[in-house]
Amino acid sequence: MKMIEAIVKPFKLDEVKDALLEMGVQGMTVTEVKGFGRQKGHKETYRGQEYTIEFVPKVKIEVAVTDAQAPRVIETITRAAKTGSIGDGKIFVRDLAAAVRIRTGETGETAL
Amino acid sequence: MIDLQRDCKRKRQGTLSVVGLTIVAVIVGALALFAGAVAAQDTAAPSAQVVAPVAAPVLKIDTGDTAWVLMSTALVLAMTMPGLALFYGGLVRSKNILGTIMQSIVVLCLVSLIWILVGYSLAFGPDKGGLIGGLEWVGLSGVGSEPHPIYGPTIPHQVFMLFQLMFAAITPALITGAVAERMRFSALLLFAALWSLLIYVPVAHWIWGGGWLGKMGALDFAGGAVVHISSGVSALVCAIVLGKRRGHGSDYMAPHNLPFTLLGTGLLWFGWFGFNAGSALGANGLAASAFLATHAAAAAGALVWMGVEWAHRGKPTVLGVASGAVAGLATVTPASGFIGPFSAIVIGVFAGFLCYFAVVWKGRMGYDDSLDVVGIHGVGGVFGILATGLFASKAINAAGADGLFFGNAGQFGIQTIMVCAVALFSVVGTWIILKVVHAAVGLRVSPEDESTGLDLSQHNERAYS
Repeated sequence: MKMIEAIVKPFKLDEVKDALLEMGVQGMTVTEVKGFGRQKGHKETYRGQEYTIEFVPKVKIEVAVTDAQAPRVIETITRAAKTGSIGDGKIFVRDLAAAVRIRTGETGETAL
Repeated sequence: MIDLQRDCKRKRQGTLSVVGLTIVAVIVGALALFAGAVAAQDTAAPSAQVVAPVAAPVLKIDTGDTAWVLMSTALVLAMTMPGLALFYGGLVRSKNILGTIMQSIVVLCLVSLIWILVGYSLAFGPDKGGLIGGLEWVGLSGVGSEPHPIYGPTIPHQVFMLFQLMFAAITPALITGAVAERMRFSALLLFAALWSLLIYVPVAHWIWGGGWLGKMGALDFAGGAVVHISSGVSALVCAIVLGKRRGHGSDYMAPHNLPFTLLGTGLLWFGWFGFNAGSALGANGLAASAFLATHAAAAAGALVWMGVEWAHRGKPTVLGVASGAVAGLATVTPASGFIGPFSAIVIGVFAGFLCYFAVVWKGRMGYDDSLDVVGIHGVGGVFGILATGLFASKAINAAGADGLFFGNAGQFGIQTIMVCAVALFSVVGTWIILKVVHAAVGLRVSPEDESTGLDLSQHNERAYS
């Protein structure tokens, strides 16, 4: 199992969600986050006074998937979240040791 | 400047009582003067009534004129409260909005009483050597519903006094933008009271009250020098003496609510029609002409600031449009009753351009004029007074004079003298007042209070909970 963590532009959230649902992902967790990568924030100007906002608002999507699904999930997120301009975000993939569905006690891939 | 902050803690205790007492003392002193004047009048022969000499042709109140100037007075009130209060309130950080609004409102109240008790007499009372008015009208003695032959011959004298009161009140309130987010409330009250009496009152007398600049022929229709240069230059001194806000240049200090600032801009623009067109002191063609000049300059200032910023920084900003409108309004003020609409547009264009670069260059000068009083009112006021010496035309206002562009180079010289005199007097006077206020109560809040914000530290309230 893999835990896929995608940090995307907030306005791309709906597209990514719809694309993932369409390809069979059952659920996801979404968090509003702030951060910066190579984009290094953005600038605001008030009467000529510039402020650099280092931490830019982003959305973090976490999806737990089977090993077989992982490559397609990554490909889907990449496609749906891409605008081609700087600041599109990143995807991180981790091995997932265990999963439990609380209601039934199911474990492993059946719990996803 | 660092020692100012260090001093703060030491002076925290007992500050309020000191300022409270001082303000009470000022008011009591004024009342004493008032009583003295009344007594003097009682002992003098009735014919010695210098006040409002009723000239042979009886002055008749015109209802239309009176209605317009009364309305204009209320419009200028709206410029300070809530106009300026919201304009400034939106520009500060959210922890300081109540403190900032409070400054405008309380300065308005304080100066109103000072003006009624003694300020009006010293500014507009019978001239003493061209420098100051006399005490004859202290406590509005002799200032009644009869018109005054010079101060609006068709409106009650009290209406003129009230109209001028609103000018006196907004001027120190303008300065609060330069000391935003760090001045102790008690120090601000003391400063406003002293500044109003010692700077505003003499300058108003020199130019409008029969003083030396007015006699020389200096033209200031609605307060370019009296209001904008005096407050703008004093704001510079305040920003330098108080020092920068903590974290200036490193912390995020962007305006917290630009819609408030826009609301304030709208009220300022709206009220400015009273400020400038009301200065005609009648509902007449001159009022209409001043109204037109005011609006044209504001629109031109807003568009030019927006355009310059667009070209210079890549984006047209909402705050830029608001700032440009105020710059245009402040700049056209002294000229508004002497110029036609096309001169007004030219003045507005230069206002947008000059004030934009004044505000941008502020960053390199190293002082923290937090809400740009110097860049907009100071620079706009100076340029406006000089522009009056260029664009004034007797074809618009026969009571005025022709400027340089209409063949009268001398007027430009007189306007230059006015700029220098008012600026120099304001710099020296404000510096002395600040030193006195600092010695009395301390100018700045403590570093901890500054970081907490004025709302909680000075007023025990928060705006957004």
